Amino acid sequence: MSATLWIILAGTVVTYMTRIGGYLVLSRVRRIHPRVEAALDAVPAAVLTTLVAPAAAAAGPLEWAALVVAGVVALRASLLTMFLVGSAVLILLRNLPL
Amino acid sequence: MSAADRTEDKPGRLADFVDGALRGTPVALAALPFGMLFGTVGVQNGMSVAEATLMSAMLFAGASQLVGIEMFGQKIAPWVVVLSIFAVNFRHILYSAAIGRHLARWTRLQRAVGFFFLTDGQYADGERKALQGPLTFSWYMGYAMLLYSNWVLATLVGAAFGNLIPDAYALGLDFLLVIYFMGMVMGFRKRPLWLPVVGVSAAASIAAYYVVGSPWHVSVGAIAGVALAAVLTPGRKGATP
Repeated sequence: MSATLWIILAGTVVTYMTRIGGYLVLSRVRRIHPRVEAALDAVPAAVLTTLVAPAAAAAGPLEWAALVVAGVVALRASLLTMFLVGSAVLILLRNLPL
Repeated sequence: MSAADRTEDKPGRLADFVDGALRGTPVALAALPFGMLFGTVGVQNGMSVAEATLMSAMLFAGASQLVGIEMFGQKIAPWVVVLSIFAVNFRHILYSAAIGRHLARWTRLQRAVGFFFLTDGQYADGERKALQGPLTFSWYMGYAMLLYSNWVLATLVGAAFGNLIPDAYALGLDFLLVIYFMGMVMGFRKRPLWLPVVGVSAAASIAAYYVVGSPWHVSVGAIAGVALAAVLTPGRKGATP
């Protein structure tokens, strides 16, 4: 078997392990400890923040402006509205002859 | 007939499936250029079109695929490449532990299939869906099938035709997911400890981004925020924090 195929197959196995692993470990536990419960409740905010914060820190004023507008919209409107408004602001700013 | 079948009639399942697919549209759109990029880079680094497409179909994990292909091009030992793929995908362990709590009505087979498709967007939108009502298998798979077909086809197009990617900067494509995920972070703001978790995860991930480098900042930042929530929570229910 070629090295490429080997990497793809082994990569498939380890990736699936990460996707089912947390569930398999937790389903063995009968009563979930409150600290574990709190940790799991924090997963979405924690992980999603890591996908946003470094990218925002490395970006420039145009991207910051789009994020601020999107953040304000997110306080009142739906996720889709927030996304459309934020994207529109970004695309507009990037295409202005500044 | 299982409990899930009784509560979910057939038209309900189809509507759920379509609703899931619609909910996945923004993420699918944002992932499109990355899929094409992976296909193009894969072929440039010595993969065949079939191999690049196969990798997308089997791993279905963009960041780890890009890291893997980058190392593959540098002739690094295969087991190191596989280890790196594992490390980049480590965050999924947190996803599966967290979302597993909402899948009590799924069958074993549904879980075995469903976890294969547990991407960033799938997890985050799934958690949001679970806030609003039951997270059904039909809804989950509607979302998954859109993202999966989108990802595999984008890879195929990128690998076969190469530099077809439009002016990603002018279209804002490099930053759309950031905006979308920030909206999602905001969507969880009612959860306990939201602000401290976001603050610590942001600080840790930015520090790790500059010190250790991408993509390790995701796991470092996530573990920091999750650990903080565990530490700040009293060990016994009812105890005051």
